[in-house]
Amino acid sequence: MCHPEVRAERASKGEFLLRLGDSPLVLAQRSSAWVAHAPIMEEDVALANVALDLFGQAKLWLDYAGEIEGAGRDADALAFARNADAYRNVLLVEQPNGNFADTIVRGYFYDAWAHAHLGALAHSSDERVAAIAAKARKEVTYHLRRSEDWLIRLGDGTELSHERVQRAVDELWRYTGELFLGDEIDAAMVEQGIGVDPAILRELWLERVSPALRTATLVQPSDGWMQRGGKQGRHSEALSYMLAEMQVLPRSYPGATW
Amino acid sequence: MNKEWPLWEIFVRSENGLAHKHVGSLHAADAEMAVQNARDLYTRRNEGVSIWVVKSSDVVATDPSQAEALFEPSEDKAYRHATFYKVPEGVKHL
Repeated sequence: MCHPEVRAERASKGEFLLRLGDSPLVLAQRSSAWVAHAPIMEEDVALANVALDLFGQAKLWLDYAGEIEGAGRDADALAFARNADAYRNVLLVEQPNGNFADTIVRGYFYDAWAHAHLGALAHSSDERVAAIAAKARKEVTYHLRRSEDWLIRLGDGTELSHERVQRAVDELWRYTGELFLGDEIDAAMVEQGIGVDPAILRELWLERVSPALRTATLVQPSDGWMQRGGKQGRHSEALSYMLAEMQVLPRSYPGATW
Repeated sequence: MNKEWPLWEIFVRSENGLAHKHVGSLHAADAEMAVQNARDLYTRRNEGVSIWVVKSSDVVATDPSQAEALFEPSEDKAYRHATFYKVPEGVKHL
């Protein structure tokens, strides 16, 4: 058996990797629900592309998480056989799709954060973490460009689009605090040189988001009460419904293949 | 006000050294969006290294009713093709 300290280190790293994988996974599942419902066909394909990128990233992180866990679970097992309370995604990404503006703002807040986060993780002392982060960041760079473009178009668009996107910004702002909130897992990862302190990402995020909101003629909300707990497995009810739909097939027919 | 987004013609260069080739068209509000949509619609399976977008309304095309006058005269002028030359032995890269 492993030395207890080594075991604790592995457990922290496993948690850390689950967090990295679960956020893109949940956002991908949410985004893919737009397929065949997007405002135009071009947007339909674009949202699906983004979702596929994120599914790919989730698989890389979760396969690694499974290996570190050492219990024989791969990305599929982790994605399809865990309940909501075992998910470690940030609350932001599990928020329902709402209207197109809600989806764009949710994606934008996430993209700007992931861009900063993955940029920092690309220098991780763990080579595999660094490699996955570097690959994912290229994809997210494009996602961010696209979602920022939409944010500005909608904000600086018609009266209706402006109103809807401002409402989305106001409602989703409360989920952005969690993105920069560290806990003992983060601290352990920083200590090992594997992860980064989420707090340092806040400034990078604001440097990107604040000017974009201004360009979009949107008002940046003041930091009021911030929701938290997703990273620790405390989720809104919405995630359970989403997972029920996502997991129904593999749970009903375990081991089913095409 | 016209609520339809304009149509754009999309040209993709599949690799460096080759010419851009017309691949299709799409709707977008402006050129920037057209490039992004083109990226997502036409290069998602690794098809390209460069994209051009051109407003469809800016494309000047030949008139189909003029096709006879424009294109048929070249049909019977085989001598314009360089197929009557003998290639000297030993010439490479032709």
